[in-house]
Amino acid sequence: MQDTLAHLKKGEHAIIKDVSSNLIPLKLLEMGCLPGNSVELVQVAPFADPMYLNINGSHLAIRKETAIHILIEKVAHE
Amino acid sequence: MSKQINVALIGNPNTGKTSVFNALTGLNQKVGNYPGITVEKKEGICKLPRGLKAHIIDLPGTYSLNASSLDENVVIELLLNKNDKDFPDIAVVVTDVENLKRNLLLFTQIKDLEIPTILVINMADRMSRKGISLNIAYLETYLKTKIALTSTRKKEGIDNLKELISNYKEISTQPCLDTTTIDQNYFDSLKKAFPNQLLYKLWLVITQDVNFGKTDRKEIDAVNHFKTKSKTDLKRLQQKETIKRYQFINNVLKKGQTIDLSQAKDLRIKLDRIITHKVWGYLIFGSILLLIFQAIYDWSEVPMDFIDGIFASLSEWTKNNLPKGAFTNLIAEGIIPGLGGIVIFIPQIAFLFLFIAVLEESGYMSRVVFLMDRVMRRFGLSGKSIVPLISGTACAIPAVMATRNIENWKERLITILVTPFTTCSARLPVYLIIISLVIPKGRFLGLSYQALTLMLLYIIGFVTAVFSAYVLNKVLKIKSRTFFVIEMPNYKLPLLKNVALTVVEKTKSFVFGAGKIILAISIILWFLASYGPGENFNNADDIIRTEFATNNLSETDLQNKIASYKLEHSFIGITGRAIEPVIRPLGYDWKIGIAIISSFAAREVFVGTLATIYSVGNDDEATIKNRMAAEVNPILGGPLFTFASGISLLLFYAFAMQCMSTLAIVKKETNSWKWPTLQLILMTVFAYIVALIAFQFLK
Repeated sequence: MQDTLAHLKKGEHAIIKDVSSNLIPLKLLEMGCLPGNSVELVQVAPFADPMYLNINGSHLAIRKETAIHILIEKVAHE
Repeated sequence: MSKQINVALIGNPNTGKTSVFNALTGLNQKVGNYPGITVEKKEGICKLPRGLKAHIIDLPGTYSLNASSLDENVVIELLLNKNDKDFPDIAVVVTDVENLKRNLLLFTQIKDLEIPTILVINMADRMSRKGISLNIAYLETYLKTKIALTSTRKKEGIDNLKELISNYKEISTQPCLDTTTIDQNYFDSLKKAFPNQLLYKLWLVITQDVNFGKTDRKEIDAVNHFKTKSKTDLKRLQQKETIKRYQFINNVLKKGQTIDLSQAKDLRIKLDRIITHKVWGYLIFGSILLLIFQAIYDWSEVPMDFIDGIFASLSEWTKNNLPKGAFTNLIAEGIIPGLGGIVIFIPQIAFLFLFIAVLEESGYMSRVVFLMDRVMRRFGLSGKSIVPLISGTACAIPAVMATRNIENWKERLITILVTPFTTCSARLPVYLIIISLVIPKGRFLGLSYQALTLMLLYIIGFVTAVFSAYVLNKVLKIKSRTFFVIEMPNYKLPLLKNVALTVVEKTKSFVFGAGKIILAISIILWFLASYGPGENFNNADDIIRTEFATNNLSETDLQNKIASYKLEHSFIGITGRAIEPVIRPLGYDWKIGIAIISSFAAREVFVGTLATIYSVGNDDEATIKNRMAAEVNPILGGPLFTFASGISLLLFYAFAMQCMSTLAIVKKETNSWKWPTLQLILMTVFAYIVALIAFQFLK
C-alpha cells in the first residue's frame, strides 16, 4: 500500500505522487498541492490533526481527512 | 467634472492587499455590505496624477477565481458582469513577493478575462532578507503587464502604482493562457456554440455556482447544456487548468526570479515550533486570551464609568436647564440615556478589535485555528470561534462582531447564535444581588457557597453555548463546504495604520449600524415606563399624597412612593401585571416581571428597576438587598426571594435573550431579522422552561 500524507511524521519530507482530485478541494491544488511537488510536515496538532505542511514553499494546514487522499513517497531530506 | 475610473483591488489573503488599499485611499474609505449578503464591501477614493480620480474597491481576498465561499463569489460576480456599475476599468492584483508563484495563479486568471491588469509585488522590503531578486522588465514582457514594486511598510512604490493606474489605457489586455489548451475538443465545441464570447469567461460561468447579473441570465441558460459533463469531469479539467497555469508561471519565473536560499532566513518555522506546540502553543494562547479578557473586562471599566458619568450629568443638565415638559423629559430621560447606552460599549469594542486586529495582522490567528480546530469542529464551530466565545464573557456585542473573521458561513452563524449564552458582564450585578440574597454564607472545602454558585453560572453559560452549537450544527441545514485549508502566513509586525483603521471602522459600524436600533428601542422602553393610561397614572401625585397625608413622610420618601406608584401604573407596569400569571409558576411576582421587561434595555437595569419599584430611591446595593429580603410572596406568603425563586431567577437570566443591543448587532451581522428573532424566542423559551423546572422542583 502506498503512503499517504497522513503517514508522514513530523519533520519528514516527501514528494507528492498523486491526488484524488474529486475528493480534495480545488483550493488545495491551487495552493500548490500537485503531483511532483515536495512536502514537509512542519507541525501536528494533538491527535495528529490538523497537519501543518510546507508544500513547495506554501505553508498551510489541512485536516487528516484530507491528507489521506494525497499519495506521497517519502524522501530523505538533503 | 474629472473622470473617475473604477479600480478593483484583487489578491490572495495575506498579501497586504488591505495595506495597499489603505495606502491608496487613507481615510477616504467606507465599509458597507454587498446587497443581500453579509460580505463586507470596502471602497474608497484615490487622487491620481493629472487630475484623475480612482474609485477603488478592495475585493475580498481569494486564492483563485474558483469560488468556494460567499466572499470569493463576490469577486467573480463583479469581474464577469460588465454591466455592474463597479465593473473595473482596471484590475490591480496584489501579490506577496515571498509567495509570488502561488499568487500569480490568480493573476493569470484575471488576465484571461481580458481585463487590463497591473501586477503589484508587495512587501518588496523583505526581498533581500529572503534572498529574492526579480527581473522586472522580463516579468513585465512575459506576463504582459506593468509591475509596481511596493512596500506599504516603508511607504514605497505607491506613487508609481498611482502613475500606472492613471495610464490604464496603455495596459495590455492579452491573456496569459490559451484556454483551449486545457481540453482541445471540449473548448472547440464551446467556441463553436458561442463564437462571440470569451472562452475563459464561459468556462467560469459553467464551473462556478454563483449568481450573475440579470443581463447575463440568457447566456447562462444557453450555456447550461455544457454542464452535462459530470462534476468529476469538470473538476478534472479544473485541475488540468491549474497545472497548465503553474507550468506557465514556472516558466516565467525560471528567468524572472532568482532565489538564493542561502540568504533566506525563515523565522516562521522556528517560531511555529513553539507557537503551535502541543503544550507551549496552548499555554501561549491561554495567556493571550486572559490578556484580552482582562482588557475588555477590567481596562474598559474606567472609560465606561467616565462615559456613564458624562451622560448622567448631561441628562441632569438638560432637565435643569430646558423648560420643563414632555419634550425635555424625552431628551433627558429617553434620548440621552439611549445614546449613552450605545456609546458605553465603545471601549469594549475598541479594546477587543485592537487585539483581534493585532492577532490577524501578525499572522497569529491562523495558528489559533490550527490549535483549536479539532476541539471546536466537533461542535460545528470553527477554531476561530474560541475568540468570540471567550470575549462574550465580557460582552456579547463586540463578540458577535468578532465572528466576521470566520470564513465559513455556517460556523459563523452558529457562533453568533450561541455566543449570548456566555456570561456577559451585564449579568454580573443581577447574579451578585440574587446570590447574596438566597445562597447561604457557608463554605464548602474552604470555598464559599456564593463564589461557587457564581463560578457555576459561568460554567453553565459556556457549556450551554457549546452544547447548543452542537445541536444547531445537526439541525441547521445550510449548504456550506466545510473543507479546511488554511494558510499559515509569515509572521509580521502589525502596521499601526491598519490596526487603527480596523478599530475605528468596527466602532463606527457598531455605532451607526446597531446604534439606530438600540436608540429606538430604548426610547420606546422609556416611553412605556414614563407614561400610562388612566387616572391612576396621571394622578399618582395626588393619590399618594392623600394616602400618606397622615403618615408624616419626608418629601424624599413621598417622591419615591410616587415614582414607584407611577411605574406600577405605567404601560410597562401594566405589562408586568399582565404577564404575572405567566411568570408566577417561576416564582416571580409582577414587580420582578417589570424588572425583567425593562432588563431588555440592558440586563443590569434589573437592579435599578427593582430599586424604583420598591421606592428605595437610590441604587445602593445594601438598601435594595434589605428591601428585597423583606418582600413577601403575595400568593404563597413567606419571603418572595427564596432559594427556589432565586435559583429560578438566576437560571432565567443565564439563558434568556434579554439584550436588545445584542439582538441589534445580530440583525446587523446576519443581515436579517430571522436570526435575532429565532434567538430571542428559542433562548427565552429555553430559559422559561429551565426556570420553571428549577422552581417547581425546589419549592
